[in-house]
Amino acid sequence: MTEITIDNIFKSYGSTPILERVSTVLPDHEFCTILGPSGAGKTTLLRILLSMETPTKGRILIDGEPVDEEPQPDRGVVFQRYSVFPHLTALQNVMIGPQLKSGNWFTRPLGAKRRHLRERAAALLEEVGLGDALDKYPCQLSGGMQQRLAIAQAMIMEPKVLLLDEPFGALDQATKRSMHSLILELWERNKMTIVMVTHDIQEAFTLGTRILMIDKVRDDPQAPAAYGSTITHDLRLDPKRRPPLTVVTDDTLDSAGDDPHSMRAIFARWTQNAGDAVVEKGGALATRGE
Amino acid sequence: MKRAFNYIPNRPVAIFLACLPFIAAILFYMAGSETRLAENPNDKLMPSFTAFGEAMHNLAFTENRRTGQYVFWQDTYVSLERLLTGLGISVILCLVIGLPVGFLPYLRRMWEPFVAAFSLIPPLAVLPILFIIFGLGETSKIVLIVFGLAPFLTRDVALSVTQIPREQLIKAQTLGASTMQIMTQIVLPQVMPRLVDSLRLSLGSAWLFLIAAEAIASEGGLGYRIFLVRRYLSMDIILPYVLWITLLAFLMDYALASWSRWYCRWRHLELKPS
Ligand SMILES: Nc1ncnc2c1ncn2[C@@H]1O[C@H](COP(=O)(O)OP(=O)(O)OP(=O)(O)O)[C@@H](O)[C@H]1O
Ligand SMILES: [Mg+2]
Repeated sequence: MTEITIDNIFKSYGSTPILERVSTVLPDHEFCTILGPSGAGKTTLLRILLSMETPTKGRILIDGEPVDEEPQPDRGVVFQRYSVFPHLTALQNVMIGPQLKSGNWFTRPLGAKRRHLRERAAALLEEVGLGDALDKYPCQLSGGMQQRLAIAQAMIMEPKVLLLDEPFGALDQATKRSMHSLILELWERNKMTIVMVTHDIQEAFTLGTRILMIDKVRDDPQAPAAYGSTITHDLRLDPKRRPPLTVVTDDTLDSAGDDPHSMRAIFARWTQNAGDAVVEKGGALATRGE
Repeated sequence: MKRAFNYIPNRPVAIFLACLPFIAAILFYMAGSETRLAENPNDKLMPSFTAFGEAMHNLAFTENRRTGQYVFWQDTYVSLERLLTGLGISVILCLVIGLPVGFLPYLRRMWEPFVAAFSLIPPLAVLPILFIIFGLGETSKIVLIVFGLAPFLTRDVALSVTQIPREQLIKAQTLGASTMQIMTQIVLPQVMPRLVDSLRLSLGSAWLFLIAAEAIASEGGLGYRIFLVRRYLSMDIILPYVLWITLLAFLMDYALASWSRWYCRWRHLELKPS
Protein backbone atom coordinates (compact mmCIF):
# COMPACT_ATOMS: atom_id res chain seq x y z
CA MET A 1 0.00 0.00 0.00
CA THR A 2 1.31 3.39 -0.95
CA GLU A 3 -0.92 6.38 -0.67
CA ILE A 4 0.58 9.77 -1.46
CA THR A 5 -1.08 12.80 0.07
CA ILE A 6 -0.15 16.19 -1.30
CA ASP A 7 -1.32 18.46 1.46
CA ASN A 8 -1.87 22.10 0.55
CA ILE A 9 1.53 22.77 -1.03
CA PHE A 10 2.73 26.34 -1.61
CA LYS A 11 6.06 27.04 -3.20
CA SER A 12 7.69 30.38 -3.97
CA TYR A 13 11.13 31.22 -5.23
CA GLY A 14 11.95 34.48 -3.51
CA SER A 15 8.78 36.52 -3.74
CA THR A 16 7.55 34.74 -6.89
CA PRO A 17 4.84 32.21 -6.12
CA ILE A 18 5.11 29.13 -8.34
CA LEU A 19 2.64 26.73 -6.78
CA GLU A 20 -0.29 27.51 -4.50
CA ARG A 21 -2.94 25.41 -2.79
CA VAL A 22 -1.88 22.17 -4.48
CA SER A 23 -3.75 19.36 -2.76
CA THR A 24 -4.66 15.89 -3.86
CA VAL A 25 -4.46 12.27 -2.84
CA LEU A 26 -2.96 9.57 -5.04
CA PRO A 27 -4.19 6.13 -3.96
CA ASP A 28 -2.10 2.97 -4.21
CA HIS A 29 -0.92 1.86 -7.66
CA GLU A 30 -1.88 5.10 -9.37
CA PHE A 31 -0.35 6.14 -12.69
CA CYS A 32 -0.55 9.88 -12.35
CA THR A 33 0.39 12.10 -15.26
CA ILE A 34 0.98 15.79 -14.72
CA LEU A 35 0.22 18.20 -17.54
CA GLY A 36 0.61 21.93 -17.76
CA PRO A 37 2.05 24.73 -19.81
CA SER A 38 5.78 25.34 -19.74
CA GLY A 39 6.87 27.09 -16.58
CA ALA A 40 3.72 26.11 -14.69
CA GLY A 41 5.70 24.35 -11.98
CA LYS A 42 5.40 20.68 -12.95
CA THR A 43 9.07 19.97 -12.37
CA THR A 44 8.88 21.96 -9.14
CA LEU A 45 6.06 19.74 -7.88
CA LEU A 46 7.99 16.63 -8.83
CA ARG A 47 11.06 17.93 -7.03
CA ILE A 48 8.98 18.53 -3.92
CA LEU A 49 7.67 14.94 -4.14
CA LEU A 50 11.30 13.83 -4.34
CA SER A 51 12.41 15.98 -1.35
CA MET A 52 14.82 17.71 -3.70
CA GLU A 53 13.04 20.95 -2.89
CA THR A 54 11.21 21.90 0.31
CA PRO A 55 7.76 23.43 -0.05
CA THR A 56 7.26 26.91 1.39
CA LYS A 57 4.09 25.62 3.02
CA GLY A 58 2.32 22.30 3.16
CA ARG A 59 3.67 18.76 3.21
CA ILE A 60 3.86 15.46 1.39
CA LEU A 61 2.72 12.33 3.18
CA ILE A 62 3.22 8.73 2.13
CA ASP A 63 0.85 6.40 3.96
CA GLY A 64 0.18 9.15 6.47
CA GLU A 65 3.83 9.67 7.31
CA PRO A 66 5.60 12.87 6.22
CA VAL A 67 8.28 12.00 3.67
CA ASP A 68 11.94 12.16 4.67
CA GLU A 69 13.52 15.54 4.07
CA GLU A 70 16.20 13.94 1.89
CA PRO A 71 15.72 11.91 -1.28
CA GLN A 72 15.45 8.24 -0.26
CA PRO A 73 15.28 4.89 -2.05
CA ASP A 74 11.49 4.70 -1.49
CA ARG A 75 11.10 7.23 -4.31
CA GLY A 76 12.96 6.49 -7.54
CA VAL A 77 13.44 9.09 -10.22
CA VAL A 78 14.19 9.47 -13.91
CA PHE A 79 15.12 12.99 -14.93
CA GLN A 80 14.97 14.33 -18.41
CA ARG A 81 18.77 14.50 -18.49
CA TYR A 82 21.76 13.48 -16.36
CA SER A 83 19.92 10.54 -14.85
CA VAL A 84 22.64 7.98 -15.43
CA PHE A 85 26.25 8.12 -14.32
CA PRO A 86 28.54 8.86 -17.27
CA HIS A 87 31.52 7.04 -15.77
CA LEU A 88 29.78 3.68 -15.45
CA THR A 89 28.79 1.20 -18.14
CA ALA A 90 25.14 0.30 -18.61
CA LEU A 91 25.52 -2.79 -16.46
CA GLN A 92 27.41 -0.93 -13.74
CA ASN A 93 24.80 1.82 -13.79
CA VAL A 94 22.10 -0.70 -12.94
CA MET A 95 24.21 -2.61 -10.43
CA ILE A 96 25.30 0.45 -8.52
CA GLY A 97 21.97 0.95 -6.73
CA PRO A 98 21.92 -2.31 -4.78
CA GLN A 99 25.70 -2.05 -4.34
CA LEU A 100 25.42 1.36 -2.74
CA LYS A 101 22.53 0.28 -0.58
CA SER A 102 24.22 -2.84 0.76
CA GLY A 103 27.84 -1.73 1.00
CA ASN A 104 29.63 0.76 3.17
CA TRP A 105 31.82 3.33 1.53
CA PHE A 106 34.50 1.09 0.16
CA THR A 107 33.23 -2.47 0.07
CA ARG A 108 31.17 -3.97 -2.68
CA PRO A 109 29.38 -7.27 -2.72
CA LEU A 110 31.65 -10.08 -3.89
CA GLY A 111 31.40 -13.65 -5.04
CA ALA A 112 27.99 -15.27 -5.28
CA LYS A 113 26.16 -12.16 -4.15
CA ARG A 114 27.80 -10.14 -6.85
CA ARG A 115 27.11 -12.74 -9.49
CA HIS A 116 23.47 -12.83 -8.46
CA LEU A 117 23.22 -9.05 -8.66
CA ARG A 118 24.92 -9.08 -12.04
CA GLU A 119 22.39 -11.54 -13.37
CA ARG A 120 19.49 -9.54 -12.04
CA ALA A 121 20.85 -6.33 -13.61
CA ALA A 122 21.52 -8.04 -16.93
CA ALA A 123 18.00 -9.50 -16.97
CA LEU A 124 16.51 -6.09 -16.28
CA LEU A 125 18.58 -4.53 -19.06
CA GLU A 126 17.47 -7.28 -21.38
CA GLU A 127 13.90 -6.43 -20.51
CA VAL A 128 14.28 -2.77 -21.39
CA GLY A 129 15.94 -3.78 -24.66
CA LEU A 130 19.53 -3.04 -23.75
CA GLY A 131 20.72 -6.63 -23.67
CA ASP A 132 23.34 -5.88 -26.32
CA ALA A 133 24.65 -2.76 -24.64
CA LEU A 134 25.71 -4.05 -21.22
CA ASP A 135 29.26 -2.78 -21.52
CA LYS A 136 28.56 0.49 -23.30
CA TYR A 137 28.98 3.82 -21.58
CA PRO A 138 26.01 6.23 -21.57
CA CYS A 139 27.69 8.50 -24.12
CA GLN A 140 27.66 5.57 -26.53
CA LEU A 141 23.89 5.17 -26.16
CA SER A 142 21.19 7.14 -27.93
CA GLY A 143 18.82 9.40 -25.99
CA GLY A 144 16.10 6.77 -25.89
CA MET A 145 18.52 4.07 -24.77
CA GLN A 146 19.81 6.33 -22.00
CA GLN A 147 16.25 6.85 -20.75
CA ARG A 148 15.62 3.10 -20.78
CA LEU A 149 18.85 2.64 -18.87
CA ALA A 150 17.70 5.24 -16.35
CA ILE A 151 14.41 3.39 -15.93
CA ALA A 152 16.22 0.10 -15.35
CA GLN A 153 18.53 1.83 -12.90
CA ALA A 154 15.57 3.13 -10.91
CA MET A 155 13.53 -0.09 -11.20
CA ILE A 156 16.16 -2.37 -9.69
CA MET A 157 15.60 -0.58 -6.38
CA GLU A 158 11.91 -1.54 -6.52
CA PRO A 159 10.78 1.87 -5.30
CA LYS A 160 7.28 2.38 -3.95
CA VAL A 161 7.01 5.51 -6.05
CA LEU A 162 8.63 6.23 -9.40
CA LEU A 163 8.89 9.87 -10.44
CA LEU A 164 9.45 10.64 -14.10
CA ASP A 165 10.12 14.12 -15.50
CA GLU A 166 9.35 14.24 -19.20
CA PRO A 167 11.22 10.98 -19.66
CA PHE A 168 10.22 10.53 -23.27
CA GLY A 169 10.24 14.17 -24.31
CA ALA A 170 13.05 13.84 -26.81
CA LEU A 171 12.01 10.57 -28.45
CA ASP A 172 10.40 9.85 -31.80
CA GLN A 173 6.86 8.44 -31.93
CA ALA A 174 7.81 4.82 -32.51
CA THR A 175 10.37 4.71 -29.69
CA LYS A 176 7.90 6.54 -27.48
CA ARG A 177 5.27 3.89 -28.07
CA SER A 178 7.62 1.05 -27.17
CA MET A 179 8.65 2.97 -24.04
CA HIS A 180 4.97 3.36 -23.15
CA SER A 181 4.32 -0.35 -23.24
CA LEU A 182 7.52 -0.93 -21.29
CA ILE A 183 6.56 1.47 -18.53
CA LEU A 184 2.98 0.15 -18.36
CA GLU A 185 4.30 -3.38 -18.04
CA LEU A 186 6.68 -2.43 -15.24
CA TRP A 187 3.91 -0.50 -13.54
CA GLU A 188 1.52 -3.46 -13.69
CA ARG A 189 4.06 -5.95 -12.48
CA ASN A 190 5.66 -3.99 -9.67
CA LYS A 191 2.40 -2.48 -8.41
CA MET A 192 4.07 0.82 -7.68
CA THR A 193 2.82 4.36 -8.00
CA ILE A 194 4.10 6.37 -10.96
CA VAL A 195 4.02 10.13 -11.18
CA MET A 196 5.01 11.35 -14.63
CA VAL A 197 5.38 14.89 -15.91
CA THR A 198 4.72 15.28 -19.60
CA HIS A 199 3.98 17.86 -22.25
CA ASP A 200 2.23 15.35 -24.42
CA ILE A 201 -1.51 15.28 -23.78
CA GLN A 202 -1.95 12.11 -25.77
CA GLU A 203 0.70 10.43 -23.66
CA ALA A 204 -1.06 11.59 -20.52
CA PHE A 205 -4.40 10.16 -21.60
CA THR A 206 -2.86 6.94 -22.92
CA LEU A 207 -0.92 6.06 -19.82
CA GLY A 208 -2.59 7.75 -16.89
CA THR A 209 -5.20 6.46 -14.51
CA ARG A 210 -5.10 9.94 -13.12
CA ILE A 211 -4.44 13.20 -14.90
CA LEU A 212 -3.52 16.42 -13.12
CA MET A 213 -3.48 19.66 -15.07
CA ILE A 214 -1.42 22.38 -13.43
CA ASP A 215 -1.99 25.96 -14.45
CA LYS A 216 -2.77 29.42 -13.16
CA VAL A 217 -6.37 29.98 -12.23
CA ARG A 218 -6.06 33.66 -11.59
CA ASP A 219 -4.08 35.52 -14.16
CA ASP A 220 -3.24 39.17 -13.87
CA PRO A 221 -2.05 40.37 -17.30
CA GLN A 222 -0.33 43.33 -15.60
CA ALA A 223 1.65 41.05 -13.29
CA PRO A 224 1.98 37.56 -14.74
CA ALA A 225 4.12 36.47 -11.80
CA ALA A 226 1.63 37.58 -9.16
CA TYR A 227 -0.04 34.19 -8.76
CA GLY A 228 1.15 30.62 -8.68
CA SER A 229 -0.27 27.55 -10.36
CA THR A 230 -2.64 25.09 -8.84
CA ILE A 231 -4.43 21.94 -9.96
CA THR A 232 -6.99 23.18 -12.47
CA HIS A 233 -8.21 19.75 -13.58
CA ASP A 234 -8.04 16.46 -11.79
CA LEU A 235 -9.38 13.52 -13.79
CA ARG A 236 -9.61 9.92 -12.75
CA LEU A 237 -9.68 7.59 -15.74
CA ASP A 238 -10.80 4.01 -15.84
CA PRO A 239 -8.01 2.30 -17.79
CA LYS A 240 -10.41 -0.42 -18.95
CA ARG A 241 -12.67 2.12 -20.60
CA ARG A 242 -9.88 4.12 -22.20
CA PRO A 243 -10.88 5.69 -25.50
CA PRO A 244 -9.29 4.58 -28.75
CA LEU A 245 -6.02 6.37 -29.21
CA THR A 246 -6.93 8.64 -32.05
CA VAL A 247 -5.51 12.11 -32.12
CA VAL A 248 -8.33 14.54 -31.52
CA THR A 249 -8.48 17.04 -34.34
CA ASP A 250 -12.18 17.76 -34.29
CA ASP A 251 -12.34 21.51 -33.84
CA THR A 252 -16.11 21.53 -33.57
CA LEU A 253 -15.74 20.26 -30.03
CA ASP A 254 -16.36 22.95 -27.50
CA SER A 255 -13.03 24.50 -26.65
CA ALA A 256 -14.30 26.79 -23.89
CA GLY A 257 -13.85 29.89 -25.92
CA ASP A 258 -10.05 29.79 -25.73
CA ASP A 259 -7.60 29.70 -28.55
CA PRO A 260 -8.33 26.20 -29.91
CA HIS A 261 -4.61 25.38 -29.83
CA SER A 262 -4.07 26.36 -26.22
CA MET A 263 -3.22 23.54 -23.90
CA ARG A 264 -6.44 24.09 -21.98
CA ALA A 265 -8.52 23.78 -25.16
CA ILE A 266 -6.77 20.63 -26.33
CA PHE A 267 -7.11 19.22 -22.88
CA ALA A 268 -10.87 19.94 -22.91
CA ARG A 269 -11.21 18.13 -26.22
CA TRP A 270 -9.33 15.14 -24.95
CA THR A 271 -11.47 15.06 -21.84
CA GLN A 272 -14.59 15.12 -23.94
CA ASN A 273 -13.17 12.44 -26.19
CA ALA A 274 -12.37 10.26 -23.21
CA GLY A 275 -16.10 10.31 -22.44
CA ASP A 276 -17.04 7.35 -20.30
CA ALA A 277 -13.54 6.62 -19.18
CA VAL A 278 -13.52 9.73 -16.99
CA VAL A 279 -14.94 8.45 -13.77
CA GLU A 280 -14.28 11.49 -11.63
CA LYS A 281 -13.60 15.17 -12.24
CA GLY A 282 -12.04 17.60 -9.83
CA GLY A 283 -9.76 20.60 -9.68
CA ALA A 284 -10.18 24.32 -9.41
CA LEU A 285 -11.78 24.79 -12.84
CA ALA A 286 -13.90 21.64 -12.93
CA THR A 287 -16.82 23.37 -11.25
CA ARG A 288 -16.92 25.91 -14.05
CA GLY A 289 -17.79 23.10 -16.38
CA GLU A 290 -14.57 23.24 -18.38
CA MET B 1 38.79 26.30 -53.27
CA LYS B 2 37.72 25.26 -49.79
CA ARG B 3 38.11 27.40 -46.68
CA ALA B 4 41.61 27.01 -45.23
CA PHE B 5 40.49 25.22 -42.05
CA ASN B 6 38.63 22.58 -44.06
CA TYR B 7 41.89 21.15 -45.44
CA ILE B 8 42.74 18.31 -43.07
CA PRO B 9 46.02 16.38 -43.49
CA ASN B 10 45.95 12.57 -43.41
CA ARG B 11 48.06 10.66 -40.94
CA PRO B 12 51.41 10.27 -42.77
CA VAL B 13 51.31 13.91 -43.80
CA ALA B 14 50.45 14.90 -40.25
CA ILE B 15 53.45 13.01 -38.88
CA PHE B 16 55.74 14.50 -41.50
CA LEU B 17 54.46 17.99 -40.72
CA ALA B 18 54.98 17.46 -37.00
CA CYS B 19 58.63 16.45 -37.64
CA LEU B 20 59.42 19.41 -39.87
CA PRO B 21 59.98 22.09 -37.23
CA PHE B 22 62.21 19.75 -35.21
CA ILE B 23 64.36 18.94 -38.25
CA ALA B 24 64.48 22.62 -39.17
CA ALA B 25 65.64 23.56 -35.68
CA ILE B 26 68.40 20.94 -35.73
CA LEU B 27 69.60 21.98 -39.20
CA PHE B 28 69.49 25.61 -38.19
CA TYR B 29 71.60 24.90 -35.12
CA MET B 30 74.11 22.81 -37.07
CA ALA B 31 74.57 25.52 -39.67
CA GLY B 32 75.02 28.18 -37.01
CA SER B 33 77.41 26.06 -35.01
CA GLU B 34 79.55 25.25 -38.04
CA THR B 35 79.83 28.85 -39.11
CA ARG B 36 80.87 29.97 -35.64
CA LEU B 37 83.35 27.11 -35.19
CA ALA B 38 84.89 27.85 -38.61
CA GLU B 39 85.56 31.37 -37.46
CA ASN B 40 86.75 30.42 -33.97
CA PRO B 41 87.40 26.74 -33.13
CA ASN B 42 87.30 27.58 -29.39
CA ASP B 43 83.85 29.09 -29.53
CA LYS B 44 81.84 27.90 -26.50
CA LEU B 45 78.41 29.25 -27.38
CA MET B 46 77.30 26.75 -30.04
CA PRO B 47 79.26 23.50 -29.62
CA SER B 48 79.10 20.87 -32.33
CA PHE B 49 77.17 17.62 -31.90
CA THR B 50 80.45 15.78 -31.44
CA ALA B 51 81.18 17.98 -28.45
CA PHE B 52 77.74 17.13 -27.01
CA GLY B 53 78.46 13.45 -27.50
CA GLU B 54 81.80 13.68 -25.74
CA ALA B 55 80.48 15.67 -22.81
CA MET B 56 77.55 13.31 -22.35
CA HIS B 57 79.77 10.28 -22.67
CA ASN B 58 81.87 11.63 -19.82
CA LEU B 59 78.89 12.33 -17.59
CA ALA B 60 76.64 9.41 -18.38
CA PHE B 61 78.90 6.48 -19.14
CA THR B 62 82.12 7.20 -17.27
CA GLU B 63 82.40 6.63 -13.54
CA ASN B 64 83.21 9.75 -11.64
CA ARG B 65 86.65 9.19 -10.14
CA ARG B 66 85.90 11.01 -6.91
CA THR B 67 82.43 9.65 -6.05
CA GLY B 68 82.31 6.47 -8.13
CA GLN B 69 78.94 7.55 -9.55
CA TYR B 70 77.63 8.23 -13.00
CA VAL B 71 76.90 11.94 -12.67
CA PHE B 72 74.18 12.22 -15.29
CA TRP B 73 72.12 9.30 -14.01
CA GLN B 74 72.64 10.36 -10.42
CA ASP B 75 71.38 13.85 -11.29
CA THR B 76 68.38 12.40 -13.07
CA TYR B 77 67.55 10.07 -10.20
CA VAL B 78 67.78 12.79 -7.55
CA SER B 79 65.69 15.25 -9.54
CA LEU B 80 63.01 12.76 -10.47
CA GLU B 81 62.75 11.57 -6.90
CA ARG B 82 62.13 15.11 -5.71
CA LEU B 83 59.71 15.89 -8.50
CA LEU B 84 57.65 12.71 -8.20
CA THR B 85 57.46 12.96 -4.42
CA GLY B 86 56.25 16.54 -4.76
CA LEU B 87 53.69 15.61 -7.40
CA GLY B 88 52.48 12.62 -5.40
CA ILE B 89 51.99 14.61 -2.23
CA SER B 90 50.23 17.36 -4.18
CA VAL B 91 47.79 14.90 -5.76
CA ILE B 92 46.97 13.24 -2.45
CA LEU B 93 46.49 16.62 -0.76
CA CYS B 94 44.30 18.01 -3.51
CA LEU B 95 42.00 14.99 -3.35
CA VAL B 96 41.88 14.72 0.42
CA ILE B 97 41.14 18.45 0.77
CA GLY B 98 39.54 19.34 -2.55
CA LEU B 99 36.87 16.63 -2.65
CA PRO B 100 35.27 17.35 0.74
CA VAL B 101 35.68 21.11 0.32
CA GLY B 102 33.98 21.04 -3.05
CA PHE B 103 31.31 18.61 -1.94
CA LEU B 104 30.22 19.70 1.55
CA PRO B 105 28.70 23.19 1.61
CA TYR B 106 29.89 23.93 5.15
CA LEU B 107 33.48 23.09 4.35
CA ARG B 108 33.21 24.98 1.08
CA ARG B 109 32.09 28.18 2.77
CA MET B 110 34.85 27.84 5.29
CA TRP B 111 37.81 26.87 3.12
CA GLU B 112 37.20 28.01 -0.41
CA PRO B 113 38.27 31.63 0.08
CA PHE B 114 41.27 30.54 2.11
CA VAL B 115 42.48 28.05 -0.48
CA ALA B 116 41.93 30.65 -3.19
CA ALA B 117 44.03 33.21 -1.30
CA PHE B 118 46.66 30.61 -0.50
CA SER B 119 47.02 29.59 -4.13
CA LEU B 120 47.82 33.18 -5.07
CA ILE B 121 50.96 33.36 -2.93
CA PRO B 122 53.91 33.26 -5.34
CA PRO B 123 55.75 30.06 -4.31
CA LEU B 124 59.20 31.37 -5.23
CA ALA B 125 58.68 34.32 -2.91
CA VAL B 126 58.33 31.98 0.03
CA LEU B 127 61.32 29.84 -0.96
CA PRO B 128 63.58 31.68 1.50
CA ILE B 129 61.04 30.96 4.25
CA LEU B 130 61.07 27.29 3.32
CA PHE B 131 64.87 27.24 3.44
CA ILE B 132 64.76 28.85 6.87
CA ILE B 133 62.15 26.44 8.21
CA PHE B 134 63.11 23.20 6.51
CA GLY B 135 66.81 23.79 5.95
CA LEU B 136 68.64 23.37 2.70
CA GLY B 137 67.95 19.62 2.40
CA GLU B 138 65.45 17.63 0.39
CA THR B 139 62.40 18.72 2.37
CA SER B 140 62.39 22.34 1.31
CA LYS B 141 62.59 21.40 -2.38
CA ILE B 142 59.68 19.00 -2.13
CA VAL B 143 57.68 21.47 -0.05
CA LEU B 144 58.25 24.13 -2.69
CA ILE B 145 56.74 21.90 -5.37
CA VAL B 146 53.81 21.00 -3.13
CA PHE B 147 53.36 24.65 -2.23
CA GLY B 148 53.25 25.60 -5.87
CA LEU B 149 50.95 22.84 -7.06
CA ALA B 150 48.67 21.64 -4.29
CA PRO B 151 46.62 24.83 -3.74
CA PHE B 152 46.00 25.21 -7.46
CA LEU B 153 45.02 21.56 -7.87
CA THR B 154 42.85 21.68 -4.75
CA ARG B 155 40.93 24.64 -6.09
CA ASP B 156 40.54 22.90 -9.38
CA VAL B 157 39.23 19.70 -7.82
CA ALA B 158 36.80 21.62 -5.59
CA LEU B 159 35.56 23.55 -8.59
CA SER B 160 35.00 20.50 -10.74
CA VAL B 161 33.11 18.82 -7.89
CA THR B 162 30.62 21.68 -7.94
CA GLN B 163 30.15 21.20 -11.68
CA ILE B 164 28.68 17.71 -11.37
CA PRO B 165 24.98 18.03 -12.26
CA ARG B 166 22.77 18.17 -9.18
CA GLU B 167 20.53 15.52 -10.74
CA GLN B 168 23.27 12.94 -10.32
CA LEU B 169 23.69 13.65 -6.64
CA ILE B 170 19.91 13.42 -6.17
CA LYS B 171 19.85 10.23 -8.18
CA ALA B 172 22.58 8.71 -6.03
CA GLN B 173 20.54 9.53 -2.92
CA THR B 174 17.49 7.77 -4.35
CA LEU B 175 19.76 4.76 -4.76
CA GLY B 176 20.49 4.90 -1.06
CA ALA B 177 24.05 6.22 -1.20
CA SER B 178 25.70 7.83 1.82
CA THR B 179 27.79 11.02 1.68
CA MET B 180 31.01 9.04 1.69
CA GLN B 181 29.79 6.67 -1.03
CA ILE B 182 28.75 9.51 -3.26
CA MET B 183 32.11 11.17 -2.73
CA THR B 184 34.19 8.08 -3.50
CA GLN B 185 32.04 6.36 -6.11
CA ILE B 186 30.26 9.16 -7.96
CA VAL B 187 32.25 12.34 -7.46
CA LEU B 188 35.85 11.09 -7.40
CA PRO B 189 35.72 9.15 -10.69
CA GLN B 190 34.12 12.10 -12.43
CA VAL B 191 36.75 14.50 -11.11
CA MET B 192 39.65 12.28 -12.18
CA PRO B 193 39.87 13.20 -15.90
CA ARG B 194 39.94 16.89 -15.11
CA LEU B 195 42.54 16.37 -12.38
CA VAL B 196 44.82 14.52 -14.80
CA ASP B 197 44.49 17.35 -17.29
CA SER B 198 45.33 19.96 -14.66
CA LEU B 199 48.25 17.89 -13.48
CA ARG B 200 49.57 17.71 -17.02
CA LEU B 201 49.31 21.45 -17.33
CA SER B 202 51.15 22.00 -14.06
CA LEU B 203 54.07 19.72 -14.92
CA GLY B 204 55.80 22.79 -16.35
CA SER B 205 55.54 24.71 -13.10
CA ALA B 206 56.62 21.65 -11.13
CA TRP B 207 59.87 21.50 -13.11
CA LEU B 208 60.27 25.25 -12.73
CA PHE B 209 60.03 25.02 -8.93
CA LEU B 210 62.35 22.03 -8.84
CA ILE B 211 65.07 23.65 -10.92
CA ALA B 212 64.78 26.92 -9.05
CA ALA B 213 65.20 25.15 -5.72
CA GLU B 214 68.08 23.05 -7.02
CA ALA B 215 69.82 26.07 -8.50
CA ILE B 216 69.86 27.84 -5.16
CA ALA B 217 70.86 25.11 -2.77
CA SER B 218 71.61 21.53 -3.63
CA GLU B 219 74.20 18.83 -3.89
CA GLY B 220 72.96 17.30 -7.10
CA GLY B 221 70.17 17.20 -9.58
CA LEU B 222 69.62 18.28 -13.13
CA GLY B 223 68.96 21.92 -12.23
CA TYR B 224 71.95 21.99 -9.91
CA ARG B 225 74.27 20.70 -12.66
CA ILE B 226 73.08 23.26 -15.20
CA PHE B 227 73.69 26.14 -12.85
CA LEU B 228 76.99 24.69 -11.71
CA VAL B 229 78.55 24.36 -15.16
CA ARG B 230 77.19 27.76 -16.22
CA ARG B 231 80.33 29.25 -14.65
CA TYR B 232 82.49 27.53 -17.23
CA LEU B 233 80.13 28.40 -20.11
CA SER B 234 79.77 24.66 -20.69
CA MET B 235 77.09 24.80 -23.34
CA ASP B 236 78.04 21.25 -24.31
CA ILE B 237 76.56 20.11 -21.00
CA ILE B 238 73.78 22.65 -20.53
CA LEU B 239 72.06 22.07 -23.85
CA PRO B 240 71.86 18.25 -23.60
CA TYR B 241 70.59 18.62 -20.04
CA VAL B 242 67.87 21.00 -21.17
CA LEU B 243 66.88 18.57 -23.91
CA TRP B 244 66.85 15.71 -21.42
CA ILE B 245 64.61 17.63 -19.01
CA THR B 246 62.28 18.44 -21.88
CA LEU B 247 62.18 14.80 -22.89
CA LEU B 248 61.43 13.70 -19.33
CA ALA B 249 58.64 16.26 -19.07
CA PHE B 250 57.23 15.07 -22.35
CA LEU B 251 57.31 11.44 -21.27
CA MET B 252 55.56 12.24 -18.02
CA ASP B 253 52.90 14.17 -19.88
CA TYR B 254 52.48 11.30 -22.31
CA ALA B 255 52.26 8.75 -19.52
CA LEU B 256 49.56 10.77 -17.75
CA ALA B 257 47.60 11.18 -20.96
CA SER B 258 47.76 7.45 -21.70
CA TRP B 259 46.76 6.54 -18.18
CA SER B 260 43.79 8.87 -18.39
CA ARG B 261 42.74 7.40 -21.72
CA TRP B 262 42.70 3.98 -20.12
CA TYR B 263 41.37 4.82 -16.66
CA CYS B 264 38.81 7.43 -17.72
CA ARG B 265 37.80 5.76 -20.94
CA TRP B 266 34.23 7.03 -20.64
CA ARG B 267 35.42 10.62 -20.70
CA HIS B 268 37.41 10.14 -23.87
CA LEU B 269 34.51 8.40 -25.53
CA GLU B 270 32.39 11.43 -24.66
CA LEU B 271 34.88 13.79 -26.22
CA LYS B 272 35.52 11.69 -29.31
CA PRO B 273 32.47 9.61 -30.18
CA SER B 274 33.73 6.79 -32.37
N1 LIG C 1 15.72 27.23 -8.54
C1 LIG C 1 14.84 28.15 -9.00
N2 LIG C 1 14.94 29.44 -8.62
C2 LIG C 1 14.05 30.35 -9.06
N3 LIG C 1 13.02 30.10 -9.87
C3 LIG C 1 12.86 28.83 -10.28
C4 LIG C 1 13.76 27.79 -9.88
N4 LIG C 1 13.35 26.64 -10.43
C5 LIG C 1 12.25 26.94 -11.16
N5 LIG C 1 11.96 28.26 -11.08
C6 LIG C 1 10.82 28.91 -11.71
O1 LIG C 1 9.67 28.20 -11.39
C7 LIG C 1 8.78 28.14 -12.49
C8 LIG C 1 8.34 26.73 -12.72
O2 LIG C 1 9.45 25.97 -13.11
P1 LIG C 1 9.31 24.44 -13.47
O3 LIG C 1 10.66 23.97 -13.85
O4 LIG C 1 8.64 23.74 -12.35
O5 LIG C 1 8.36 24.49 -14.73
P2 LIG C 1 7.79 23.31 -15.58
O6 LIG C 1 6.32 23.30 -15.41
O7 LIG C 1 8.52 22.04 -15.26
O8 LIG C 1 8.14 23.79 -17.04
P3 LIG C 1 8.65 22.94 -18.30
O9 LIG C 1 7.42 22.29 -18.84
O10 LIG C 1 9.17 23.97 -19.23
O11 LIG C 1 9.67 21.97 -17.83
C9 LIG C 1 9.50 28.77 -13.67
O12 LIG C 1 8.95 30.05 -13.88
C10 LIG C 1 10.93 28.88 -13.21
O13 LIG C 1 11.47 30.09 -13.70
MG1 LIG D 1 10.01 20.83 -16.27
